Amino acid sequence: MSEPIALSLPVDPQALKELSIGDVVLLTGPVYTMRDAGHKRALDFLEDNGHLPFDLEGQILFYAGPTPAAAGRPLGAIGPTTSSRMDFATPALQKAGIAATIGKGKRSEEDIESCKEEGCVYFAAVGGIAALLASHVLESDLIAWEDLGTEALRKLWLDQFPVIVAIDTQGRDLYRLIERGASEV
Amino acid sequence: MAATASSETLAISPDLIGQKVYEGILQAACGLRPDVAQAMELALDSETSERGQRILAQLLENNAIAQRDHVPLCQDTGAVWVNLEVGEDLSIPGNIFSTVNDAVEAAYRDGKLRMSVVKDALFDRRNTQTNCPAFCDLQFRAGHGLRLSILLKGGGSDNASRLVMLAPGAGRDGIRHEILRCVKEKAANACPPLLIGIGVGGTFDSVAKLAKHALLRPIGSAAASTEAAQLEEELLAEINATGIGPAALGGSTTALAVHIESAPCHIAALPLAINMGCSAVRSVNFDLIPFGDPEDDCHE
Repeated sequence: MSEPIALSLPVDPQALKELSIGDVVLLTGPVYTMRDAGHKRALDFLEDNGHLPFDLEGQILFYAGPTPAAAGRPLGAIGPTTSSRMDFATPALQKAGIAATIGKGKRSEEDIESCKEEGCVYFAAVGGIAALLASHVLESDLIAWEDLGTEALRKLWLDQFPVIVAIDTQGRDLYRLIERGASEV
Repeated sequence: MAATASSETLAISPDLIGQKVYEGILQAACGLRPDVAQAMELALDSETSERGQRILAQLLENNAIAQRDHVPLCQDTGAVWVNLEVGEDLSIPGNIFSTVNDAVEAAYRDGKLRMSVVKDALFDRRNTQTNCPAFCDLQFRAGHGLRLSILLKGGGSDNASRLVMLAPGAGRDGIRHEILRCVKEKAANACPPLLIGIGVGGTFDSVAKLAKHALLRPIGSAAASTEAAQLEEELLAEINATGIGPAALGGSTTALAVHIESAPCHIAALPLAINMGCSAVRSVNFDLIPFGDPEDDCHE
């Protein structure tokens, strides 16, 4: 297994193109949490205004709803939620400038196509290691949608946050390859 | 003394139940079940994929951090299922449901857990901000005893679950086929390695409870029957042969265990429910009065 690749955020599109499925990547820099309710709002905003809200162009979305601050850390626990629930909005958001997404589980064919066309990457984070992942989050700032509680839009500052490339910019999909029996990708 | 004996019935204080619900939630949210941690350690030795091994090691490291820092294992600290199995000659005076909800709200607030419940599934999806209501079941059982079980059920694994009303002719193979299909389609969203609860029999509504109840049984403890044990073993081998692996990123540990509970049913029916338990399946059982020991008083 190859050595982890360090990636600084906001990400250089060229650096994304060099990633391949199965690569272990350590993310350092800002990402934004957004999940079910937030995606509806972001998509509505995009349809009404023709651009993303909160200057999200070039940024990474993390499908996550954290627990409150605890143990001296900005978040007690944070980890990925099921990405397929966000599939309805992802191609439009990526077309509008989202650079990459972080979540868990398979994406739709449309999302894979969108990653290929827009040069985006889908990173898988491991579900069930949220206390460990929270130790790689240095800061958490509420940006908007406080009424959504845990689903609010937050800007996180990550420090060597571990993820695995699940869909690369060539449209290769790790989950589907594993499903087909190619276990050592 | 939380419980007081009258001449014939024993009154159980709702406050005792509330206290145990509070303690149980905090315990379950911030540490793996001992049986799950042990099964994961064993899986680390047998896992064939390097990536799978690394993920299993991360899951165990995560458990150590959660226990050390009293933080949740998973950010989805679940919706709460409280199941109370009540034996003969017991009464629970007062409003047990409101006592349980008070305990849930206090535990989620004090434990800094995530509030993950909305007011209404369809018409009002505002967060209740209390993680209430808890989903409660009272089951009256023959014999003397009182067992309280608490399960914090994550959304991803519950969404990956399934209920099918099969034809009786589908039989054992039909059940196997359906379970494998569900695992192949849904395991990636349920955070493997999984504990898979299977209910077979009963009615449309009760089969799902069988499946959920099966998640409460400790891994490694005896199945309900020899036939159930055989099918559990067979399914586990087939599921782990899929290569889905930890976090569905490849490997030989897709599930830690399969637990089956079966029941009588209608001549025309073969109900099947598959309730996925994630790698952080969080539950706790309190035998407040152990069943099968009628002389026992309520103890902590």
